Amino acid sequence: MRRYLARKLLIYLLTFFVAVTIDWAIPRLMPGDPISGLISRLQADPTAAQEMHGYFTKSFGLDEPLWRQYLNFWAGLAHGDLGPSIAYVGSSVSGLIRAAIPYTLALLVPAIVLSYIAGNRVGALAARRKVLDNTALPAAYLLTATPYMFLALMLAYFFAFRWQVFPVSGAYDFSLQPEWSVEFVRSFVVHWFLPFLTLFLVSFGGWAIGMRNLIIYELEADYANYLQALGAPNRLVRKYAYRNAVLPQMSGLALALGAVVGGALVTEIVFGYPGVGTLIITAIQNRDYFLLQGIFLFIILGVLIANFVVDIAYVIVDPRTRTGLQGS
Amino acid sequence: MAAAEPSAESAVAGTLLDPLAVEPSKVRRGEALTVAFRNRKLIFGLSLLSLLLLLAVVGPLLTDLDPFEFYDALGQPPSSEHWLGTTSPGQDVYTQFVHGLRASFIVGAVAGCVAAALGMVVGFAAGYFGGVVDDLLSMLTNVVLVIPTIAVLIIVAAYLSVGSLLSEAVLIGVTSWPWAARAIRAQTFSLASRDFVSLARLSGQGGWRIIVKEIAPNMSSYLFLTFILLFGGSILICATLDFLGLGPSQVMSLGLMLNVAVSNSALQLGMWWWFITPGVAITAVVFALYITNVGLDEVFNPKLRRS
Repeated sequence: MRRYLARKLLIYLLTFFVAVTIDWAIPRLMPGDPISGLISRLQADPTAAQEMHGYFTKSFGLDEPLWRQYLNFWAGLAHGDLGPSIAYVGSSVSGLIRAAIPYTLALLVPAIVLSYIAGNRVGALAARRKVLDNTALPAAYLLTATPYMFLALMLAYFFAFRWQVFPVSGAYDFSLQPEWSVEFVRSFVVHWFLPFLTLFLVSFGGWAIGMRNLIIYELEADYANYLQALGAPNRLVRKYAYRNAVLPQMSGLALALGAVVGGALVTEIVFGYPGVGTLIITAIQNRDYFLLQGIFLFIILGVLIANFVVDIAYVIVDPRTRTGLQGS
Repeated sequence: MAAAEPSAESAVAGTLLDPLAVEPSKVRRGEALTVAFRNRKLIFGLSLLSLLLLLAVVGPLLTDLDPFEFYDALGQPPSSEHWLGTTSPGQDVYTQFVHGLRASFIVGAVAGCVAAALGMVVGFAAGYFGGVVDDLLSMLTNVVLVIPTIAVLIIVAAYLSVGSLLSEAVLIGVTSWPWAARAIRAQTFSLASRDFVSLARLSGQGGWRIIVKEIAPNMSSYLFLTFILLFGGSILICATLDFLGLGPSQVMSLGLMLNVAVSNSALQLGMWWWFITPGVAITAVVFALYITNVGLDEVFNPKLRRS
């Protein structure tokens, strides 16, 4: 178990190192000077521009040798200092991200967990059951083929615009302040539901398909045939098949994380939900590269932590990883 | 394949765990075709796909309008003059849609090829040569696999300001190969220990020659299915990138249509034709690809067929 987790941890540390290096290198490898590009967007007069160029070059430490810049980048990272934002004048990148993260997590975590559970259950039920398979499978494929932003637009159009059951945008009513009151919580949940549903539905399709296919394979396996030949009830055979099929699904969870995060970003944009996605689109529109770089690091960090959590769960579920044998 | 990773990975890994099941040499050609023509999923998927492809090729020829041109009709619903209506600044939705559909197919094909090629090189090398090669390549694969594709694409595309469809496609291709490499590695690994491969090795053939002559043909159907999933996944990633406004701005794409529709409040104005058209188009292409994939899977792999 310790070897298994140590190996995984090594890969994550390496990944983080590579990601930070990419994040540091990309602006410096690109042709042109990012600072000049930024300032020309602000349309300041020449003297002010000169001044600002000096200020930004200094504040990002771009006048120092490259190796020192690289070390400074790590040092800044360790202190949670990612520099000032260009788009939101007066705010720091890390402060902006810290304010946006809770909203994104509020969408992502329930959507990932619930879609995983529900998708696996429905997929397992559908496998080798004609009627359910013929209805659930096409629906699941349709869901997984739908771009997140399109499903978000459709839900917003029907539920918020046409039937006005849910609000169109924001995370809570504009007249309210974030606080622990019944009114605010109600408003928050109502605004949260449609973006959550978007993420839930698309991921649900993927899990259902994966589980259905895996169960079919498990039911073909020798142990399943043997159990059946012994006259074991169908329920029992399916239960064993399910337990075996859960393992590859769990390793699939790590892969799916990146996609769901991408989905959350575009879903937030459609609903004007004040999470990381909305921050990204503002950063892109204002060419706020430093904000983008900071968000990039936070997404990587989040995905790595989530991966590690999945690995620990895997150790609990799969006894082979505990006895020193290689898990699948 | 960021946008479609979960389904794609589980679909491939899930349905084709056993390489024995996919050996086209074992199936007589005529028999395979009979099975193929009886498979309703395959027929449905291929028909829908051909229809969309036809629309992408012929569609732009049916109209003299330009996707970027502004016309007098502002925000009009579908009419005989503007078949799918116009956008609020007065662009023709049908023209944008068919050009965007064409762009989607191009990006999907190019990115799918790039990703499949990279995935095959890495997967074959790691699976066949093993040892240090495998350790290094697997490490590389795992590292790239954990980094969310979309995050890398956002940061790279923001700085590069992608100018052409082709560079966008290549960019998507070089970031979405890892799951394919991992799947191909596993398949190669199990094929490499078969007798016919050992025989080829004994006869003194080089490693890559054995891979190309002996191993690849025996998993050709698997490779083809992988390519289809990479194709579909690339279209979804491309749509996301274009939706974020990071695609080429001079090329009309379905994602860009959605981007403009959202930023011009098509939703709040109730202009459904503006965002339903590109959304349905992306969904239909990817859905057709996935269904074709399932159908082919059942044709290649008798275990999956319903008894």
